[in-house]
Amino acid sequence: MESVPMIEVRDLTKRYPGRTAVDGLTFSVAPGEIVGFLGPNGAGKSTTMRILASYLPATSGTARVAGFDVFHQTDEVRRRIGYMPEHNPLHLDMRVREYLKFRARLKGLGWRRSRERVDTVIEQCSLRDVERRIIGQLSKGYRQRVGLADALVHEPDLIILDEPTIGLDPHQIRAVRALIKSLAENHTVLLSTHILSEVEMVCTRVLILNQGRIIAADTAHNLERHLQLDGQVIAEIAAPANDLRETFRDLPEIERLDIEPIDGAFMRVALTPKNGHDLRPIVFEQVRTRGWTLRELTRDRHSLEDIFVHLTKGRKEDQ
Amino acid sequence: MSVFLTLVRRELGGTFKSLTGYIVIAVVLLLAGICLVDMITKLNGGVTEAPVTQMFYQSYFFWIILLPITPVITMRSFAAEKATGTYEALMTTPVGDWQVVLAKFAGALVFYLLAWLPLLGVLFVLRQVTHQPEYLEPRATAGAFLGLTLIGSLYLSMGCLASALTRSQIIAAVLSFLMGVALWVISLRPNAADPGQGPLGRAFDHMSLMRHMDDFARGVIDSRHLVFYVTSTVFFLFLTTRVVESRRWQ
Repeated sequence: MESVPMIEVRDLTKRYPGRTAVDGLTFSVAPGEIVGFLGPNGAGKSTTMRILASYLPATSGTARVAGFDVFHQTDEVRRRIGYMPEHNPLHLDMRVREYLKFRARLKGLGWRRSRERVDTVIEQCSLRDVERRIIGQLSKGYRQRVGLADALVHEPDLIILDEPTIGLDPHQIRAVRALIKSLAENHTVLLSTHILSEVEMVCTRVLILNQGRIIAADTAHNLERHLQLDGQVIAEIAAPANDLRETFRDLPEIERLDIEPIDGAFMRVALTPKNGHDLRPIVFEQVRTRGWTLRELTRDRHSLEDIFVHLTKGRKEDQ
Repeated sequence: MSVFLTLVRRELGGTFKSLTGYIVIAVVLLLAGICLVDMITKLNGGVTEAPVTQMFYQSYFFWIILLPITPVITMRSFAAEKATGTYEALMTTPVGDWQVVLAKFAGALVFYLLAWLPLLGVLFVLRQVTHQPEYLEPRATAGAFLGLTLIGSLYLSMGCLASALTRSQIIAAVLSFLMGVALWVISLRPNAADPGQGPLGRAFDHMSLMRHMDDFARGVIDSRHLVFYVTSTVFFLFLTTRVVESRRWQ
């Protein structure tokens, strides 16, 4: 049982007329992992998820869920998957409880069992207050939780969530993330997003997709380190520009130095390190010994955009 | 089976929670009312030989009701779910394609029959007004409702096919309306007195809904008619299932 990966994808390709959405994807997900698909729009995240949920066929390659082929053993796969499609489509004319009950019955749960499970997921997703309300009248945060409850209702081994936090306000995002994290104990989760911080917070592993290919796969922490993206340090120091230049120019750890004046006596100093050194202690030490005033010292957090630029540039140079 | 019933209930629930459901019922009620007045006027004119049900079919009200309401009933079934995306949620549950098609068809058929209920009221009122129970012969009435169900099934199955082909309810409605009208126009050919010429003519005669309905309304249940409706309904439902499956073709 342990040896069977929850998801096993090999050379998966999906071509639409005139466009290749997924291009030779290979990856696997072990039971109990929370894996994030990260990528810009059109990177092939949704298409891959649709194939895994056996909604669309692949052009070539194979995909297995819990050892079952998504094309030839559709029913087995569907029984084991809780899938929340993109934009979380719901029957807006139904009431929350009625909808979850309907979905539970569709997924083959008996009358009594579906009642128990609906009660459980309503509790789990904090929907008790709205269980008798019509879905169309609920806020987006609640609707998202209804979608999650639907994905959970038949206790699937694997939960696939396509952009579960899109369009939510920060408070709702937090609630949904906490919920997803709590699922990890009993389920394997595959989710897609284009928010890097979300992946860092929720996922144990990240797969970065671009133009239908995986361009990086690792933990979020490792990705940052390996890509040496945690480089540039920004310091705002009150000191004459010449003094600053002389001080930092000769330090062996520093690759590049940019100084520009901002308001008053403060200068904005941007330092790029050699070999991924952490420059913050060095800068602080210099400021302390020279008695300057330091008002900000930050390491540039790299956005998803930077990672993409970095990774896609790397690929082009390889070719 | 229980999954099938769950789906049928959902279809009916969706229809009754939508405005179109009530519009259909209102239109049928209105037309049935006008039809009642029309028949009372005709019956006042003198004695008729034919059963009332046959008069009803010959009055064109049946077609005026049937042709527009069947596309409106079925246009939602697949197209609306595709447009809102719930279709994807539905098709990723362990439910068979044919189960979905049959449930959508059954839901439409049940609603269609419910919409026809006012007709029973019309017949009942006629009987009370005329004090002539022989107008409403039970066999003719049963035959009439059987015919109404069979023709309805054929039209609804065409509607399901049209709805499965598109994600726009308007296109689905127009497409099934056109198919329905085409079939009806074929039936408008001169009837039994002038048998069709050649194989094509005979085929058209065989498909003449008018002729079938005339028989049904007199209480004559011809097995050829039964076979025609059952096979053609099954044929359109089969096509619908193929269209639903087609998303899984490479």
